[in-house]
Amino acid sequence: MSQIFHHTANYIAKMSLVLLAALLLFAGWVMDRGSRSDFVTRAEMVREQPVPFSHAHHVGGMGLDCRYCHTSVEKSSFANIPPTKICMNCHSQIWLTSPTLEPVRASFRDNTSIRWTRVHDLPDFVYFNHSIHVAKGVGCETCHGRVDKMALTWQQNSLQMEWCLNCHRNPERYVRPREFITTMGYQPAGDQEEIGRKLVAEYHIQNPRTLTSCNTCHR
Amino acid sequence: MADQQVVERPTEEQIIAPGYSFASVTDQIAAVVLTKHTPKFWFAAFSAALGLLFLFLLAVGQLLVYGVGVWGLRTPVFWGWAITNFVWWIGIGHAGTLISAILLLLNQRWRNSINRFAEAMTLFAVACAGMFPILHLGRPWLMYWLFPYPNTMGIEPNFRSPLVWDVFAVSTYATVSALFWFVGLIPDLATLRDRAKPRILKVAYGILSLGWRGSARHWSVYETASLLLAGLATPLVLSVHTVVSFDFTIGIVPGWHSTFFPPYFVAGAIYSGFAMVLALAIPLRQVYGLQGLITDKHLDNAAKVMMATGLIVGYSYIMEAFAAWYGGNTYEMAAIAHRMFGPYKVYYWILISCNVIAPNALWFKGIRRNSALLFVWSLIVLVGMWLERFVIIVSSLAQDNLPGSWRLFHATRWDVFTFLGTIGLFTFLFFLFIRALPMISIFEVRTLLPQSRVKEEVQG
Repeated sequence: MSQIFHHTANYIAKMSLVLLAALLLFAGWVMDRGSRSDFVTRAEMVREQPVPFSHAHHVGGMGLDCRYCHTSVEKSSFANIPPTKICMNCHSQIWLTSPTLEPVRASFRDNTSIRWTRVHDLPDFVYFNHSIHVAKGVGCETCHGRVDKMALTWQQNSLQMEWCLNCHRNPERYVRPREFITTMGYQPAGDQEEIGRKLVAEYHIQNPRTLTSCNTCHR
Repeated sequence: MADQQVVERPTEEQIIAPGYSFASVTDQIAAVVLTKHTPKFWFAAFSAALGLLFLFLLAVGQLLVYGVGVWGLRTPVFWGWAITNFVWWIGIGHAGTLISAILLLLNQRWRNSINRFAEAMTLFAVACAGMFPILHLGRPWLMYWLFPYPNTMGIEPNFRSPLVWDVFAVSTYATVSALFWFVGLIPDLATLRDRAKPRILKVAYGILSLGWRGSARHWSVYETASLLLAGLATPLVLSVHTVVSFDFTIGIVPGWHSTFFPPYFVAGAIYSGFAMVLALAIPLRQVYGLQGLITDKHLDNAAKVMMATGLIVGYSYIMEAFAAWYGGNTYEMAAIAHRMFGPYKVYYWILISCNVIAPNALWFKGIRRNSALLFVWSLIVLVGMWLERFVIIVSSLAQDNLPGSWRLFHATRWDVFTFLGTIGLFTFLFFLFIRALPMISIFEVRTLLPQSRVKEEVQG
């Protein structure tokens, strides 16, 4: 009876096991990296807007406080997309003829809203409240990044649940004194963990067990 | 030594018909697979199974499109048929593992003729069982969330939940059963490789037999591996259904919250499993003329196991009622009363007839030796065990601690289609198996032959 297989078959069979294991590991690595990639989270991706509004110019250059436009961030769950009237506070005086700003003037004339594209869109099953975060010393920059350097706005962080939990599990690593809430490029005056622990006590930030309870965010 | 032979001989003669030789055993079993003429009844059964499989695909499609509401799941009964079917199927699998692992370690040689298809039954039953918890998830496509893997949510499954224990119990069971089955197949695959005529079959069986040449070293490694796997599989016979019973006992639902559920469920699993072994073995040996290999003695033994476990199950029903009364808990007593005399009383008394009264007929040798009657009895047991799980799940949930939310469960046609569909899946896989692989272990049956006795000199 002739041989069915070539004499290399044993070698191929054994190597195929190694290859299979390597392939599975590689597939796992690809999926792990992929699920956290900017491609999936849409982080660091500039969204197209009806008017190319520059936070870099208004915040970094002019020094406007975040709350000048995002008026309700301290009081409401929603930080507020500013109404056209806030734009027109200044733009009724300056850049009057700029063609770039025509949609803003049109919005003011026709009394219709500008349809901005939402940059930070959390899933609907997440209950998120800006005011509590601001009140407990989470700076704008902590989640939104260096907005003062963004010529066009992008989402700085992944907004994935593990990212939320980083802070909910260890708030002392991220909180800052309330007077620096809107500061861009904040540097803690000393050891962050030490200051953070004091602030956690002072602001009565709940223990991580409560902060990571399912119904804290999924209500 | 001489005494042993006197004891062993009579049983050996009964577990394989006289007149077989090494060659004729191999010829008969291999011929089923290597024949070019697929029998007509095979096509008939296979196409029926295929039809039911398509029904299954239709039912699953309906479920995926419209959600679990297509089943009769309404507050407060959210487990319904899906979990009933899950427990029923996973229980059936247990007999295969008991036969292949525990009876191997206990040196019960009659298992050699039935272990192969019983293990296949286990695998396919676990495949059907695994469908239900996954389909029942609501968003089945996210089932990988059940496993602890480094995910972007930064959380792990809740390890205090028995439903997570289920995931590990069932996936371990499926893995060990598949390995055990495949390792046991290797020598027979090599036999098929050597006997097959078409080149494609030679190559296919050749790849699957992993270069088996039957050398002494191969056999030594094989025996070690097989014993180790049997050792791994043995605790699984007890642990898997114990964990399944935890799905109920850990909950505080009246009628579920009992400490005797694990042994009660394990006995019930083996009971229904042996019923399925009989329900498969009796027609198979008839149509393939294998009465010489699967003898009346095998059916007799399986029926005895079935009766013994059936009596344990009957005892459990009595204990269930007794514990509810003796515990003095109003809710427990009400739950048992609802079961016996409430809206589900018809199902309850049918299951008592099937599981407590019917198995007592097996005390009589006349019934154990009559394969047609035994086949009917095995079907009765399968029905009874399905009803048992249905009554436990649905009657307890429909009338739980909150009378305000009580509602009876009404199965929809999609419940029925999904269940029939998994029967189709099981039959489909089983008929593929008996066509493509030897349904009886050739080399293990050969060890049952009197010729395989090698005279050894008694040492010292």
